[in-house]
Amino acid sequence: MKGLKRKIIYAVMIIVGFLMESMFFPHIALASTTPNLMLIITASIGFMRGKQEGLFIGFFCGLLLDIFFGDYIGLYAILYMLVGYCNGFFKRLFYDDDIKLPLALIAGSDFLYGLAAYFLLFLLNGDFRFAYYLKSIIIPEMLYTILITIIFYYIILRVNQKLEAEEQRSASKFV
Amino acid sequence: MKAKNQNSFSSKHWLIIMMTIGVILLVLSYVAERSETSGARGPLSAVADYTIVPMQKGLNKIGMWMSDFTKNFATMQEILKENEELKEENDNLVIENNQLQQKAVELERFYELYKMDEQTADYEKVGARVIASDTSNWFTIFTIDKGSNDGLRVDMNVMAGKGLVGIITQVGPTSSTVRTIIDDSTNVSAMMLTTFDKCVVTGDLELINSGCIRFSQLANNDNQIPVGEQVITSNISNKYLQGLLIGHVKEVTVESNNLTRSGYIIPAVDFRELQEVLVITTTKQDIIDKKGGSIDNTAE
Repeated sequence: MKGLKRKIIYAVMIIVGFLMESMFFPHIALASTTPNLMLIITASIGFMRGKQEGLFIGFFCGLLLDIFFGDYIGLYAILYMLVGYCNGFFKRLFYDDDIKLPLALIAGSDFLYGLAAYFLLFLLNGDFRFAYYLKSIIIPEMLYTILITIIFYYIILRVNQKLEAEEQRSASKFV
Repeated sequence: MKAKNQNSFSSKHWLIIMMTIGVILLVLSYVAERSETSGARGPLSAVADYTIVPMQKGLNKIGMWMSDFTKNFATMQEILKENEELKEENDNLVIENNQLQQKAVELERFYELYKMDEQTADYEKVGARVIASDTSNWFTIFTIDKGSNDGLRVDMNVMAGKGLVGIITQVGPTSSTVRTIIDDSTNVSAMMLTTFDKCVVTGDLELINSGCIRFSQLANNDNQIPVGEQVITSNISNKYLQGLLIGHVKEVTVESNNLTRSGYIIPAVDFRELQEVLVITTTKQDIIDKKGGSIDNTAE
């Protein structure tokens, strides 16, 4: 069912996403905010392919972030994993040609992710300036992420469609 | 129908398994941090160092080319205007320089008093290139392309030009992570250059866009702090070497308790344009170890 090729392509997708996010996006930051590409990948795979794959993609995306930028390994992994898993619930509602649902899901995911990040990394440290963080980080990041989603969603969609078509072809060959 | 149920069951299963792995990793890394064995980031980051970091190093060149390219779009007119401004600034600087030279004599006396020139003597530095910055919008952390293989260790101070940039928090074999002084979770013990009044410099996410950092807990005594006063790292900091320039005072206000003053500092380093940094290969701990108890006594 899940071929090696798909796994390799996922790995490439995550690494390229991470490299872009850590190296190119700081150059194109708007209002010192960068879009959350890893979240786009995680959420997209989640609602395109279901809970299980979303969960794994999220885990590895988060792990990569943890290794490089986290204080403790595992925190982002768990956060992104939950994002991938929850988006998996919407697989049944998902249609390729409708971009409204993906946009709404990714925006919602990013918002909740922002809230969780604030809660875990700042509120628990006794930092109560929630309104400020909402206004200057969570909301701008969400808007910018939506903007970038319009481009990257189609790339991920196209890759997924190609993979699915190929898998169907090879499956029918064996039957 | 049955197959579908099985599928959703197994994905729930996976969630629990991966969640457990995540929590175990979290606890392990927390424990490792607490015990502070070596400051190394462990096996996972060693793997990352040999896979992802080389890619970052390669791509970084492209990124730098891109930013150079965008910079070239600055029109001739802007450059001319800038030139004019710079000339004007130059004149001002000459005047300022003359004034400073007068003050220098006075300062020298102070320096001698505090044996400062001995301690701020040229530290040995290693150049490194910034290869990646933090992907989240919450922190101001970046990665440099040198690690423990190049002799870097945790708690080494990082500078760019004359100003303090931050401190190394994690070291891998070929890369290390630097937490900048404008990061929200950084506190630096600092002092005013001329009066030696101690204060605490705190990074603040809220101020990053305005390019400032905050200082507080400066004693509200008779010493006047003029705007533009240099703020340097203090002798009582246990992580930062003494006498590194943090920035210049922009604004001072007396706090409502009338005991302390606080205000804002413009950092000496432009954190948006960081490409190359210098890592000081001596840590404060080395100096303390070398001098034994004498530092502790003076810190009192």
